[in-house]
Amino acid sequence: MGVDQYLFLLNSLKWTLILSAVAFAFGIPCGLGVALMRTSDSTPMRWLATRWIDIFQGTPLLMQLFVVYYGLALLGLKLDEWSSVTVGFTLHASAFLGEIWRGAIEAVPRGQTEAAHALGLHYWSRMKDVVLPQALKISLPATIGFLVQLIKGTSLASIVGFVELTRAGGIIANINYRHLLVYGVVGLMYFCICWPLSLWGARLERKFAAASR
Amino acid sequence: MTQTRQAAPMILMEGVEKWYGQFKALTDINLEVNSGEKIVLCGPSGSGKSTLIRCINHLEPIQKGRIVVDGVTLGHDTKSIDAVRRGAGMVFQQFNLFPHMTVLENCTLSPLRTRGLKKDAADALARKFLARVQILDQAEKYPAQLSGGQQQRVAIARALCMEPKVMLFDEPTSALDPEMVKEVLDTMVELARDGMTMIVVTHEMGFARQVADRVIFMASGQIVEEEPPEQFFQAPKHERTRKFLGEILRQH
Ligand SMILES: Nc1ncnc2c1ncn2[C@@H]1O[C@H](COP(=O)(O)OP(=O)(O)O)[C@@H](O)[C@H]1O
Ligand SMILES: [Mg+2]
Repeated sequence: MGVDQYLFLLNSLKWTLILSAVAFAFGIPCGLGVALMRTSDSTPMRWLATRWIDIFQGTPLLMQLFVVYYGLALLGLKLDEWSSVTVGFTLHASAFLGEIWRGAIEAVPRGQTEAAHALGLHYWSRMKDVVLPQALKISLPATIGFLVQLIKGTSLASIVGFVELTRAGGIIANINYRHLLVYGVVGLMYFCICWPLSLWGARLERKFAAASR
Repeated sequence: MTQTRQAAPMILMEGVEKWYGQFKALTDINLEVNSGEKIVLCGPSGSGKSTLIRCINHLEPIQKGRIVVDGVTLGHDTKSIDAVRRGAGMVFQQFNLFPHMTVLENCTLSPLRTRGLKKDAADALARKFLARVQILDQAEKYPAQLSGGQQQRVAIARALCMEPKVMLFDEPTSALDPEMVKEVLDTMVELARDGMTMIVVTHEMGFARQVADRVIFMASGQIVEEEPPEQFFQAPKHERTRKFLGEILRQH
């Protein structure tokens, strides 16, 4: 493998990271919205959020990307590959983060919300000041775990023609026929990104477990 | 009829019924608490003591009857609930301090959010009440760094920062190690001396003798007996009260 091929891989790794970061960044507010709806007092809101989560958890990510790409085109909204996969991964992240944070919100002891009620705090203050800071801390290991899944999941973006790390590897392997070497390098690159994140998540989990003992 | 106008009670409960689904937790509760009065509420576990005081600030909605707090009739609307909650401070058995906030932040949150105080004013208010429960020196610490007794005193200060008309205590010393009970009770006695209207769910009978104007005994969701402490302890009228007092005294 030549230097320019390695550079091509590194450049594509950049797109993998950008796509992950953007989907995660948009996924955070959307996921927060899903989690708040899922835990709200309003039955229609809860219903809507529950179905949203069900749909994304019950179908393959690949299908979700297809539906966004071809479905939006069918509705007359022709997005380029970049926008399409960004929308697809953001929606995907909103559902998964929404479910992770729902669990975390519900794990905050009831007494906390009760004290907030007794202090006369309204919904936004109860959430922003009391519940969410504790919930987000509880959810941090699972949230990092999802980020790792998301980074690996972006390899599916190649299916609609978006060139990220996996796709770049495919292109190079088709030229030099050294599939094992190329995909070995590609895998190593994913590993170098994901492994430290996983370690960090596991460390936080141990730390929180020790603190709650 | 006399002309002296009877002041409206600070808390009025009339024919209150409370159901948890199919389970009737409160039956025909009638209670009047005047301004400055101190009520001790006792009774066996599961008799509805917590439920009763939690209905007063609408932590639990009621199905029947009427609750009026400082002239505001409690409805299901935000306006009346807000008004009642701002006038009633509550202290819980498990303290329920916010663990991610310092002692000072715990105390300033409600003044900042519900009364629109500026940070300086809220800080000053919090420091005043922290000094009053003698824990000002811990203001910058987090709850987990304090002992149980200290945490409960912070919880009292936090409630006082709303400058409430009434304080509701739900077994404030039950979760404490024995050696910390006294510091919390002393704080409450002092509060009582300053004229606060208080309803205290507790089995600390010494406290009841010392500060209560009336002791109320509850069983199975009903008020069984309501007496000044002398009568309550010396000549309880009901068999269930006698039995309960016998058990309490045996434990202590
Ligand atoms: N959230 C709830 N849902 C269902 N039942 C409840 C709930 N809270 C309390 N109860 C029931 O209501 C009764 C009174 O409870 P509570 O007011 O906590 O009693 P106490 O404080 O006197 O021990 C008990 O039988 C209890 O099981
Ligand atoms: Mg109770």
